[in-house]
Amino acid sequence: MKTAISRRWTIAIAAGLLIALVLPKAGIPTFFVSLLTQTWIITIAAMSLDLLIGFVGLVNFSQASLFGVGAYAVAIAATQHHITGFLPGLLLGIVAAVATAALFGLVALRAEGPGFIIITIALNEIVWGLAYQWTSVSGGDNGITGITRPAVGPFDVSSNSGYYYVCLAAFVLSFALLMLLVRSPYGLVLKGVRETPRRMRALGYNVWFYRYSAMLISAAFAGMAGVLYAWYNQFVGPVNLSLDQSTQFLIVTILGGIGTLYGQLFGALVVVFLSNELSAVTQRWMLVLGIVYFVVVMYAPGGLVVLVPRLWARLRGRRVAVVPTEPLLGAEEP
Amino acid sequence: MNGDACLALRGVTKRFGSLTVLEDVNVEVRAGERCGIIGPNGAGKSTLFNIVAGELALTRGNVAFLGRDVTRRSAHARARMGLARTFQTTTLFPKLTVIENLILALQAHSGERFQMLAPLTRQRHRYDEALALLERVGLRSRADENVAALGYGEQRQIEILLAIAQKPKLLLLDEPTAGLAPADASLVTEMLKRERAGITMVLIEHDMGVVFDVVDRLVVLHHGRVVADGPLDAVRGDARVQEIYLGGTL
Repeated sequence: MKTAISRRWTIAIAAGLLIALVLPKAGIPTFFVSLLTQTWIITIAAMSLDLLIGFVGLVNFSQASLFGVGAYAVAIAATQHHITGFLPGLLLGIVAAVATAALFGLVALRAEGPGFIIITIALNEIVWGLAYQWTSVSGGDNGITGITRPAVGPFDVSSNSGYYYVCLAAFVLSFALLMLLVRSPYGLVLKGVRETPRRMRALGYNVWFYRYSAMLISAAFAGMAGVLYAWYNQFVGPVNLSLDQSTQFLIVTILGGIGTLYGQLFGALVVVFLSNELSAVTQRWMLVLGIVYFVVVMYAPGGLVVLVPRLWARLRGRRVAVVPTEPLLGAEEP
Repeated sequence: MNGDACLALRGVTKRFGSLTVLEDVNVEVRAGERCGIIGPNGAGKSTLFNIVAGELALTRGNVAFLGRDVTRRSAHARARMGLARTFQTTTLFPKLTVIENLILALQAHSGERFQMLAPLTRQRHRYDEALALLERVGLRSRADENVAALGYGEQRQIEILLAIAQKPKLLLLDEPTAGLAPADASLVTEMLKRERAGITMVLIEHDMGVVFDVVDRLVVLHHGRVVADGPLDAVRGDARVQEIYLGGTL
């Protein structure tokens, strides 16, 4: 039974990966290649958030500021200090985001629950304010332009389809690392902290340390996503680390399915494509997105990864008696 | 300091605002001793536990564990030293499986809790250890179920099992049979009688049957003060205790 589910998953992942690999070569419009690239990036950021919300129980509203710090770091390094390499840029963005989170964690983890949320909102606003007003460094409202996509080793990835593969690879690597992480002994500790911090303390776990370390790990992935976004967009502005951006990450995370890591891919697909396609059709696209979000949260709090299989089953005339709220995570274990 | 005492409370006083919950409590528990704490509701028993476990700061006095002053140590640092506890209301990890609950207890003091990139399933010995523990309470077949799916009595047994899995030097049991049906309560009592050998324990309990079965010394708390402390039979016969707590029924 369990191996059967596991085999289906292997096939699904392999098929998905294959499709993702051939899509840019299959003659789909550049516009879609570009949207998919964006999807890979947003998914990395959303997975980094899901690690905190779904596995540690920390609802972090400052994720955009970490994303943005990564983006700004690589942008400033490239335009003002001539650091334009792929690996140096990537590392710089990750280190900058982790350092920011190291500071944020010290402040925000003094509170729990709603207090933690409010503090992270405030921290995000502070970073946004810095980006907006520290014009000499950040370019203020004008942001930073003139960022170019660096070559990856011998490969020139400045074209849209070339850069697509960079982001796809980053997404696959992030997904694999995070999946390993949540299934490790350390991952079990994180789930314990999410469930019952009081019992964890009684067992001898330093709850603060695990929350803090998870924030740093999460920040590394958020920072990486930020760097990739700066190269993708070739422009960084305050909007990239605004509270709106944090909210978007949160919506993607919840829409996809909290505590799944793979759900975020579907959340990102829906949000990226809907917002781009709808905004071409109507100015009220935010309203439509809002309704989609509302419906999912109301009728399938487990997210799209619960809703879609349920709708599919109903279409085929089967009634599903029990819908698990945390699908397949446990079922995948050998 | 005091090599003999496993736990030593000296002048422990706790006030919440103007309300004094504990007043100058002095109790010593020696290694190997099984000590019951009884007293009417509001006597301060659970507060005392939370102070010993490090969840509550005290107003005055100090707490020594294994001869070391731990008054200012955090709850997890005390747990690391070998202090384990159960909670009055079941405090497990409801969305994790039974075996994951136990593995969390088993790996708490080992370096593998920092392992990030090797799957948990590779820790074969932890699974074996956890299964062996479950075997002791006859719940081995439920290992892969969510702990929330177990009956209340079974959850209470897991609650105690988690504490035992820590191989504690001192075990604090906060009303292990609270809210249990008589059949379940006797299951838990039997379990405590089986497991008590070699474990130093302090037990809070309302059910006198459980107390008399498990402990060999009694401390009676009343309005935050210790009013009697001694061997089970002596305290049982103490007229004052019978009057204020036992209502003369024993």
